[in-house]
Amino acid sequence: MTTPDAAIRTYRKGASISDKDALILEDFKVYYGTPRGTVKAVDGVNLTLKQGERFALVGESGSGKSTLAMGLMRLIRPPGYIAGGTVTLKDKDLTDISDEEMRLTRLSEMALVPQGAMNSLNPVMRVEDQISDGIIDHLGPKESLSKDDMTKKILELLNNVGLRPNVARLFPHELSGGMKQRVAMAIGISLKPSMIIADEPTSALDVVVQRQIMQTLGRLQEGLDATILLVGHDMGLVAQFADTIGVMYAGRLVEVGPVDSVFSNPKHPYTRLLIDSLPSLDEKKDFVGIPGLPPQLINLPSGCAFEERCPSRFERCPKEIPEALNLGDRRRVACHLFENEAK
Amino acid sequence: MSAFIELDNVSKTFGGGVFNRSSMVVAVDNVSLSIHEDQPSITTVAGESGSGKTTLARLLLGSHDPTEGKMLYRGKDFTKLTSKERLRFRREVQPIFQDPFESYNPFYKVDHVLEAPINNFKLASSKSASKKLIEESLEMVGLVPEETLGRFPHQLSGGQRQRIMVARALLLKPRVILADEPVSMVDASLRATILQSIRKLNRDLGISVIYITHDLTTAYQISDNIMVMYRGTVVEAGTVDAIISNPSHPYTQLLIESIPQPDPKKRWGEEPPQSDWELTDDVLVGCKFADRCSKVMDECKSIRPDQFKIGKNQMATCFLHKDAGKLSDDDLTSTFSYAETTNEKA
Repeated sequence: MTTPDAAIRTYRKGASISDKDALILEDFKVYYGTPRGTVKAVDGVNLTLKQGERFALVGESGSGKSTLAMGLMRLIRPPGYIAGGTVTLKDKDLTDISDEEMRLTRLSEMALVPQGAMNSLNPVMRVEDQISDGIIDHLGPKESLSKDDMTKKILELLNNVGLRPNVARLFPHELSGGMKQRVAMAIGISLKPSMIIADEPTSALDVVVQRQIMQTLGRLQEGLDATILLVGHDMGLVAQFADTIGVMYAGRLVEVGPVDSVFSNPKHPYTRLLIDSLPSLDEKKDFVGIPGLPPQLINLPSGCAFEERCPSRFERCPKEIPEALNLGDRRRVACHLFENEAK
Repeated sequence: MSAFIELDNVSKTFGGGVFNRSSMVVAVDNVSLSIHEDQPSITTVAGESGSGKTTLARLLLGSHDPTEGKMLYRGKDFTKLTSKERLRFRREVQPIFQDPFESYNPFYKVDHVLEAPINNFKLASSKSASKKLIEESLEMVGLVPEETLGRFPHQLSGGQRQRIMVARALLLKPRVILADEPVSMVDASLRATILQSIRKLNRDLGISVIYITHDLTTAYQISDNIMVMYRGTVVEAGTVDAIISNPSHPYTQLLIESIPQPDPKKRWGEEPPQSDWELTDDVLVGCKFADRCSKVMDECKSIRPDQFKIGKNQMATCFLHKDAGKLSDDDLTSTFSYAETTNEKA
């Protein structure tokens, strides 16, 4: 799509995003089969992440953003299933490989940093055992680490995420929320993955800790030259952290683009409302929420899913699902309003 | 006239004992404040987790007794209230909790949480009067009774559930509402409507609101006054305009700096140092923020700073402002402003 060697400009200091594709999703679909019908949680998402890019996926709860993240790691449990499309990581189609191959891909090439502050750590295992558990399990069959190397590796990982060595011997309940999140990050980067998926990594933490965690995550990512997919709903965090933003609504990507241009000039009415509903410290104003509720994913309207809540709808919206339009400058929007601007 | 609720040098300590003073946690450390019925305002209590903001709320709700100091309700010592006065207190001070999922029993329709207080406090004489009360309070928070009543909690969104909790509090015609992180569990797009309905209660019904949060942006948007807590101590207090425009305590400055602003051009600075006081023994001398403070001085490590009055509407517990002179009255609410600031701005 882009011309080779085109430098990708971002607001991030010292950022190096290559033009190499790190992860490509094509027409990716994840459905849940329920007695009342099929829930199309992720419905035909096309997305390309570049090597070294920080991509943030935002949306309300129920928009399918977490399902997408879990789906591309093939961690969807029944009744959910991948209904179609491809996920390409390093020229390998992840939807096509065996379960065993996928298992070895996880953590070593594509790692998940979950909401560690909540309950992703095992309460009866020491931190060091939780870290080594992942390493042992996901290393290839021919590789292994000696006991000394493992201890060294664990201490190095703890140091990388900003924890003191004595944390290795502690249990999760002895750690604060921020420290638990750091442990979750240490596990995530233990095999130096090229792709890190961070699913709301700071949702239960307060602002100062949130900032520290995100900055540590950024530092780790730059050190590994990895690509990050950040999943969340906090637009402020996205503006601080990401290079590129993707807005999801009812299982579809409605807008994609570089953060600075999306924030300064949002195109899709939903993105605009999301940005406008954020309180700021600059001026006091009355709150504007987004009126209405997201649609039920079980029987989506035949037209645009946002149509009922949209302030700028017109007669075409309820009839036709808008296709993603390419607006140039790495921006895409799925809205009938921009038909004329498409390139 | 005496204050509606007054805290007089109140401290709350957990754990510890005669032989084990090191495991003692001072959750609220010597706080004095007052809430006046005739001056309804929205006051934010801000701070990180573990700063004691929820313990302060529980003290105000009467569900914790202070370890030291006194709490007065309408001028009377809280521990010496008669059962009738206590019942009145329970009606006049209402909480709204953080999690709109856990405050419901999933087996009951949502009507249940609204009928229970009516029955307990005998607010209505008949079924139809009770229904009328419920419908009125739902409309007050912007819900349509026909779309809400008769449903089970799982059929409603988090935002709707949280607004029903506001409606429940309203039924009792309270004088004070304590809202403990009421919007931290709901989507950003729904936060606005909940905060809007809380603000409406304050403006239209003259209810004082204590808004507990770690989110300074929403605090700035809805409240008149603010107190910032750090490890049990109020480090800065005053009007929200004064403090947001001129944060004077290094901790408040760090808090404001760390807000993820929705503007890619205003990105965070360097990563701030981590605090690991949770792993160290409680420091009982000096300023509690000294180990993380970028402007730490010698005296900070040995002497506990007093409350220094910076302006008419601001105080900070920090030696950087010792030239400003001490707050004459211990009561930090003396820095608050109760003028109808929100109405003027609207």
